[in-house]
Amino acid sequence: MYQYDAIDREFLTDRANEFRHQVARRLSGELTEDQFKPLRLMNGLYLQLHAYMLRVAIPYGTLNPRQLRRLAWIARTYDKGYGHFTTRTNLQFHWIKLKDAPDILDALAEVDLHAIQTSGNCIRNTTADPRAGATAEEIDDPRVWAEAIRQWSTLHPEFSFLPRKFKIAITAAAKDRTAAKLHDIGLMLRRSRDGALGFEVIVGGGMGRTPHVGPTIKEHLPVGRLLSYLEAVLRVYNRHGRRDNIYKARIKILVAALGAEEFGRQVEEEWAKIDAAQVDLPDVELARIRGFFAPPAFDVLPRVSAAFEEAKSKDADFARFARNNVQPHKQAGYAIVDVSLKRPGDTPGDATAEQMEVVADLAERYGFGDIRITHEQNLVLPHIRLDDLPVVHAALQAAGLATANINLVSDIIACPGLDYCALANARAIPIAQSIAERFAEPDRAEAVGELKIKISGCINACGHHHVGHIGILGVDKKGEEFYQLTLGGSGAEDAEVGKMLGPALPAGRVAEAVDQLVEVYLRERQEGERFLDTFRRAGVAPFKEAVYAEAD
Amino acid sequence: MPKLIKLTGPRAAAWANDRFTVVADDQALPAGGVILSLARFQAEGDALLSEGREVGVVLQSDEAVEALAYDLPRLAVVALAFPKFRDGRAFTSARLLRERLGYGGEIRAVGDVLQEQAQFMVRCGFDAFEPADGSTPEAWVRAAFRFRHVYQRSADGRRPAFEERAHGV
Repeated sequence: MYQYDAIDREFLTDRANEFRHQVARRLSGELTEDQFKPLRLMNGLYLQLHAYMLRVAIPYGTLNPRQLRRLAWIARTYDKGYGHFTTRTNLQFHWIKLKDAPDILDALAEVDLHAIQTSGNCIRNTTADPRAGATAEEIDDPRVWAEAIRQWSTLHPEFSFLPRKFKIAITAAAKDRTAAKLHDIGLMLRRSRDGALGFEVIVGGGMGRTPHVGPTIKEHLPVGRLLSYLEAVLRVYNRHGRRDNIYKARIKILVAALGAEEFGRQVEEEWAKIDAAQVDLPDVELARIRGFFAPPAFDVLPRVSAAFEEAKSKDADFARFARNNVQPHKQAGYAIVDVSLKRPGDTPGDATAEQMEVVADLAERYGFGDIRITHEQNLVLPHIRLDDLPVVHAALQAAGLATANINLVSDIIACPGLDYCALANARAIPIAQSIAERFAEPDRAEAVGELKIKISGCINACGHHHVGHIGILGVDKKGEEFYQLTLGGSGAEDAEVGKMLGPALPAGRVAEAVDQLVEVYLRERQEGERFLDTFRRAGVAPFKEAVYAEAD
Repeated sequence: MPKLIKLTGPRAAAWANDRFTVVADDQALPAGGVILSLARFQAEGDALLSEGREVGVVLQSDEAVEALAYDLPRLAVVALAFPKFRDGRAFTSARLLRERLGYGGEIRAVGDVLQEQAQFMVRCGFDAFEPADGSTPEAWVRAAFRFRHVYQRSADGRRPAFEERAHGV
């Protein structure tokens, strides 16, 4: 993992001091709330329905145990004992007092954490494949490039007041776990025919009111030229992105208006004028960063573990966990373990201070001190020995963290919704809970297989409903909460925006409708098909009929 | 009238006398230095410069700096407008003036200019400021140079973190 040096640390100290100074000016009345608002937003502090919310950045979703323990301590000391992991792989505390915020930033800075650029119209936290460095599928380690982008984008003088927020995702695997095509910029590492490493650059994807699957504007950007090319993209956007209408200000609108080809041409033209040697990182710095992501000291182990095989045959719960939450590792004798934050009945993405500490302990003891956050709001222990899986599973189980539902129907993404968010039209969390409870029977959930349900409490789409295999959007109809269903979306390499199923449903009908959709799938599916595949083959008609038949 | 702050050296700034009058398009020209809109400069600039007057141009945030490319050596000031502090186009304009078009004269931030942008403005090449928030030169310098390190090269010539590392800090 990347280790902060004196420069990175002094930077965070300076930032924390700056914010302490600003909060003091606000508390003394020297600044009005209007003047203070942009300042607190630059430090990830939002005023929500009930209290301040502080969003802590977790660069490319990577934490060490000391950092996770500190987040647990903050949850316990300054919040109500829990935190919420987001789809940007950040962590939110929802019950913060303004007067405590400077102390919290100091406590974060002590463990190399911060809230820089977790809000505002700037380059937000870059996300990367949560299996980076552990999966055999990748052709390079995306964290190297994510760290390069973290540094380049941190308080970038030219790009801190963009038309709108800006999100970048990086993956180096064919199977995309970052929703790269739904980002302002998606970077997919590829090898060219002659073996050179490059990025396929996708620009102008996004969700919100006008969802777009982003087009590719460059097939093969040589990796060493990444930052100068990003600078060119951002400069074209900063100059020409719309600023007259907040809903039309994202880069996707500019790319759609110009067309991908013309946008790409303007980027090339700008890129040609940039003195790339001034922007691109020198090889020595790239090598320094890469050094931090060297593989940990794996033991040489046999491919098969007797302890693992025995536990699977003796313990049905463990076997289910192994089927759903354990993924192959590039190193023989190791596995990638998904830790679900989607226990039916709980709020998706929430973790208590105790749960954070359990995961920190397990990472330290069994996992080379490495913890990842996924954009689907779960945690990952990327390097666990197969031999240790039974004991790791037992510890997770005791902490309520062993729900064996990764990618299953109850592994739901949901935004905080009307329970917390001032923008929401409808609640999202209770809908997620009602669906998870309806499919709580694990055999049935497993029989249904991969099914991604994503719920947003408003059109801003923080819950990624557009790319849910089943998407659920909360809408307000004359003061009542209704839910619009979409089908067939995907945020993966086969990205697609879901199609509307029919009229919005009242809250009490949603879980039942999902059940009806699942029944259609189970009836119609052909060998090997996921829900998404069956929908793509069979079309919307049978699904629509099942949900709306009674109303006719 | 907002007062003018100018950078006077590394990490230093002071109040400055403003030799220029911003002149609206339909306003009669006063004596002395003037700052004109791009349109008025294009119509009257040559005549004024040949009188030996000091002339500056104020660019709105949707006006491209490239329009001034051939006039820059003759301009005493380029003022870049921030209609709202959220409108960040002038940051790009300032960098292009300094880094691409080689402009060495005064780049002045006007409009909704707040202390919170100071560090970004200085880094992008602004060296004169008309703060709208009542900032003093002391407050401006403190805000502009609060960070001991920066992560990227820009128009201010500061050494980025990767270069500090390469040379051993």
